[in-house]
Amino acid sequence: MSAQDCGRLNKNMKCQKCQKQATFHITDLTGDDLLALHLCPECAKSYLETGDSSEDAPVISDVMSKQLKPLEQTADDLRELDAKECPICGISFYEFRQGGRLGCPHDYVFFGEDLEPLLINVHGDNQHVGKQPKRGITDTESQTELIRLRRQMKEVVEQEDYEKASQIRDQIRQIEGEGPAGE
Amino acid sequence: MILDEMANRCGEWLKGCGPESDIVMSSRIRLARNLADYPFIRRCTDIDRANIESTVRERLTNKAELKDLTFIDVADLQTLDRQFLVERQLISREHANSDGARAVAIDQQERLSLMVNEEDHLRIQVMKSGLDLVGAWGQINDLDDRIESQLTYAFHPKLGYLTACPTNVGTGMRVSVLVHLPALVITQQIEKVFRSLQKINLVVRGLYGEGTQAMGDFYQVSNQITLGKSENDLIDQVGDVIPVVIDYERKARDFLINEKQNDLFEQVSRAYGTLQNAQQISSEETMFLLSRVRMGINLGLIGDLEIPEVNQLFIRTQPAHLQKLRDSELDTDERNVERANYLHSQLKLDGGAEASNN
Ligand SMILES: [Zn+2]
Ligand SMILES: [Zn+2]
Repeated sequence: MSAQDCGRLNKNMKCQKCQKQATFHITDLTGDDLLALHLCPECAKSYLETGDSSEDAPVISDVMSKQLKPLEQTADDLRELDAKECPICGISFYEFRQGGRLGCPHDYVFFGEDLEPLLINVHGDNQHVGKQPKRGITDTESQTELIRLRRQMKEVVEQEDYEKASQIRDQIRQIEGEGPAGE
Repeated sequence: MILDEMANRCGEWLKGCGPESDIVMSSRIRLARNLADYPFIRRCTDIDRANIESTVRERLTNKAELKDLTFIDVADLQTLDRQFLVERQLISREHANSDGARAVAIDQQERLSLMVNEEDHLRIQVMKSGLDLVGAWGQINDLDDRIESQLTYAFHPKLGYLTACPTNVGTGMRVSVLVHLPALVITQQIEKVFRSLQKINLVVRGLYGEGTQAMGDFYQVSNQITLGKSENDLIDQVGDVIPVVIDYERKARDFLINEKQNDLFEQVSRAYGTLQNAQQISSEETMFLLSRVRMGINLGLIGDLEIPEVNQLFIRTQPAHLQKLRDSELDTDERNVERANYLHSQLKLDGGAEASNN
């Protein structure tokens, strides 16, 4: 995950390599992949010189879990949050926390409140003010429904419930035929 | 094959022209976009990935206005060819090394690149030589509109363009400027500059060469935040600070010229000499020495070599380029010999730089 508003939030952060005060908050792009590092000047220098990015994955989940600390009131609350699953793509909040990547566009709605502190921490804001799609904001609900139906389709095919599968296929075709994506 | 033609050309970001091109190599903007009717990559099935790829390919290549884009099936490429595209900054390392259906669409001048099935369904990128963020934004904004007329993006009225990683949500935009700062490195002021950039929410990273080694004094400055600021604000955030960085670097160069002229001249001429005469040379050392030579040219210490030629040497001495130009696979030792031979042929003492125009 990214390092975000350094000046404001990371004053007391420790260097991830040696525990001195971290003054460098590097959001590295390893192949366009974001990786946040909080380092003291010495470690930052050697990091930038050697390009040490071997610890990407642990760092991401590490920052994620620290990130969520303020939310964590009791172990039960966290367990409950972790168990929450998106009805569209099936990703759990735990899986998101581990990998740092969401499962589908609907996650921003379904986990909306849970992501809010993270967004504020990363961006210092929670409201988009930039470009919007030219054709206007289309209702993407039917598109989201397609994600769910395709997943359901895969499940029923695996269960060899071909009657159900053909019903779902008809639903998918209907949405594909009418949706903006089918223009 | 298209990649072989590319090996003999110079991509946009190495052309060495455009504003402030003695210090600014290139300006780059990328947009992260996702289709509304598919899960994000990590939840995609193999079929989803294949469908995303074919949908994007069909919708975009059918359009006359996007006909200038060539689609390359990245999954189908040899490792060497993927590495070659990484060296040219047309695909990311992650895109090269991942699995499953994925592609990249590029234009003839290598100004545009459109990665399909990277971390997001689409990663659109525009590169310009020198400092030209406004020009890059004009191009990418237009390209984004054209793509959006063919595909429905995942967009949320409050959160903007939805991305797999919440750090990219909103504009989905990363603005980057690649700067060459050898004098700040030599005068040991680079860290101070980094620190001041971090304070204003900018990210600095070294540009990597082979493996994990840093590539000679090149640093990329980019924005960190993507939500809550408009695209123009983000461009200004990066664009406003670059002239300050350029000014620092020029001051450091002036200092070296005025106060350390002998040391500087020695360093530059040794670097040039080593590149001309080495029997074998690593990628790392080559980058380091080319960086010194590049600065030497900008300071008028080397007269028989031009910036575009040095830029070209930076890329052509990279492992995959070297192998493609020689048309054979070489191990590290063989590459080090081949690299020295190549440099020797391009930097012949008597013929000067003329020999390098091919
Ligand atoms: Zn440290
Ligand atoms: Zn989901």
